[in-house]
Amino acid sequence: MGVGLGGFFTGKLDDAIAWARKYSIFQYPFVTACCGMEYMATACSHYDIDRFGAGLPRFSPRQADVLFVVGTINHKMAPVLKRIYDQMTEPKWVVAFGQCTCTGAFYDNYAVVQGIDTIVPVDIYIPGCPPRPETVLDGLMKLQEKIAAEKPRT
Amino acid sequence: MVETPEVPARRTQEFFLGEGTFPQPEATENLLVNMGPAHPAMHGVIRIFTELDGERVVKADVEIGYLHRGFEKHCEAGPYNNAMPYTDRLNYVSPLINNFGYCSAVEKLLGIDVTERCQYVRVIMSEISRITDHLTCIGATAMELGAFTVFLYMIKAREFLWEVIEQVTGARLTISYGRVGGVKADLPPDFEPAVRSAFRETRTVLDEVHKLLTGNRIFVDRMKGVGVLSREETISYAITGPMLRACGVPFDVRRAAPYWAYDRLDFEIPVGEAGDNYDRYLVRMAEMGQSMRIVEQALARLPGGPVSVDVEGRPLATPAEYVDRGKLGKTDGLLLTPLRLSPNLRGQERAAHRTVNAPDKRVVLPPKADTYGSIEGLMNHFMLIMEGFGIRPPKGEAYFAVEGANGELGFYVVSDGTDRPYRVRCRPPCLPPTAALPRMIEGSMVADIVPTFGSVNMIAGELER
Amino acid sequence: MDGHAILARLRERFGPAILETGDHRGDHTAVVDRARLAELLRFCRDDAALRFDMLMDLTAVDYLKFPGRDAGARFEVVYHLYSVTEGHRVRIKVPVEEDDPVVPSAVPLWAIANWYEREVWDMFGIRFDGHPDLRRLLLYEEFVGHPLRKDYAINRRQPLIGPRN
Repeated sequence: MGVGLGGFFTGKLDDAIAWARKYSIFQYPFVTACCGMEYMATACSHYDIDRFGAGLPRFSPRQADVLFVVGTINHKMAPVLKRIYDQMTEPKWVVAFGQCTCTGAFYDNYAVVQGIDTIVPVDIYIPGCPPRPETVLDGLMKLQEKIAAEKPRT
Repeated sequence: MVETPEVPARRTQEFFLGEGTFPQPEATENLLVNMGPAHPAMHGVIRIFTELDGERVVKADVEIGYLHRGFEKHCEAGPYNNAMPYTDRLNYVSPLINNFGYCSAVEKLLGIDVTERCQYVRVIMSEISRITDHLTCIGATAMELGAFTVFLYMIKAREFLWEVIEQVTGARLTISYGRVGGVKADLPPDFEPAVRSAFRETRTVLDEVHKLLTGNRIFVDRMKGVGVLSREETISYAITGPMLRACGVPFDVRRAAPYWAYDRLDFEIPVGEAGDNYDRYLVRMAEMGQSMRIVEQALARLPGGPVSVDVEGRPLATPAEYVDRGKLGKTDGLLLTPLRLSPNLRGQERAAHRTVNAPDKRVVLPPKADTYGSIEGLMNHFMLIMEGFGIRPPKGEAYFAVEGANGELGFYVVSDGTDRPYRVRCRPPCLPPTAALPRMIEGSMVADIVPTFGSVNMIAGELER
Repeated sequence: MDGHAILARLRERFGPAILETGDHRGDHTAVVDRARLAELLRFCRDDAALRFDMLMDLTAVDYLKFPGRDAGARFEVVYHLYSVTEGHRVRIKVPVEEDDPVVPSAVPLWAIANWYEREVWDMFGIRFDGHPDLRRLLLYEEFVGHPLRKDYAINRRQPLIGPRN
């Protein structure tokens, strides 16, 4: 940050960019399992994720900035997840939605990845099996705080 | 003077495409396109390899397994009731049907019957679950065809039903409500008005969706005549459920081999004709109406009347204090103390317990009032929970089929006489249609894959267990 | 047709190849010798009285750790047949030895047997003779082992596979 008046303007610009980023989340809903039902419920009329600015899912990783990993990831699906994550452009964030993505839940077996943070870096963990839509919105608000706290430049 | 060689005249297309000869029509190649595991369709993870000639699908192959979670192996690891959360996550849009199907298979193995009230409760909750499944299926299919409003309406109706389910079971989606020998708890006292108001909303939504979709030119054009599978092939692929009924075969497990209270209830089996996506949609819409009819009849005939769990005016203890007193050994008068429980625990009181659970002590946990209030109850609870004890069906095997939302959902349970199942097999109703998916889309356009896949209603949790 | 009549018809036609019949809990079951399995399944489908046109389920059970069955075959392949026209069911079981886990395929009879048999191969390692394309269904090709066998531990870890086309 610069000093004096220049610092004031760049500070305000950073805030503005952070504000714009957190209220225009283009999510990539990587939906596999039961959590997808609660994701649908959060996205629809009763709980309405659109009022947070996150209502438009982009089904292409090139156009999205938040990767919502929703539902169990198993070893067959893991390379696909990694590839999608790699294809996303910066800045990008990852939300682990549901217990299976956080730690693998009670599927401690030969087929399931025990937490997607073994594959991709995760920013927000939303536990629950499946998490209630209120929990999802709470997680989304924490993600927004995290996005707002990031310095876009320098 | 340099001699310039004569340059042959080239056709315009060659000129623009660069070097080489312009491909002749007979020498074109088919394009291999992969509708990969990460795709926008809301139904589930699947990979469809297609070989395309322009827009037409020449050959297709389906690859599954992206949600294999080892359900059958996990069921072998624990006592019989431990499988309940795993069965919730099989067909996660209609989890109650899976719960009760598994419980019924184990009860068949044990040779016990559940109480009549429990049968009606299971019917009611299964039908509500079936409605949520069809709402999600049609909503997602419509959204994939561009009708986003329909999706919002359907999910709105589903939310009302989920609120009702939450009052009864405590959770919206993964409810673990069934138990071997009964259900977790009886219905709450204000269940009937809650169901009626939820059904009012659902009927309004279904009317609106009929107006929006059933006569809609675009919807009909995209669904009629698409994804057709002949009757013989449908049977050869062991497809059951709405897809078989859309071909004109009135096979429904609730009619063919009635279980619980279905033989005492009056309902129709909607049947289609053409076996295409449009008929499957109509069958599902009609089935939702029939399910609501079944629930209303079952509520009217529910035996045992409203379960009275009202507390009388004595000083009340919270359940936590009750438990603490019991553990400290201060058990006199404990059996007579009335409690104010939260609404979804009320159905577990002693009076309600008998009405929905089989009267078999070797199978069903005693009510908490007995467990903490009397030594016999405590011993009974202990014997059912501790490892090595518990529900121990005699050696043998049993197959029980229920009508899931997608077709015949069968559970094949093999018991070796111990408290753990030896083998639990779930016959997934959506595996046959997914196996037949290549047959249904070969010869059609790429855009026809979407409604066909939607009407198959592939639920990955059930397909790959 | 009554379950007992179905089993009687099978016994009458196949005699000594029917090793055992039973109806534990009302499920009519016949245990059949593998040598005549293909013929028996074809008979079940084509016979005018039986008409089992639907292969409802095809699965297998590994009896390695079953108490009291140390002498018999390790695996049993289980067929659940249903007739849409007649409305009756039957269960056919075939004992399969561990050192020769091959069973004739039912793909020529019912189209769904293709996927059911692939799953049994995937989970148990039982081959199906005559199957056009026997590869894994639920797990990936690099997976080692057959998970539903009793000697496969549930939390055995597999190496992660990399991205591929």
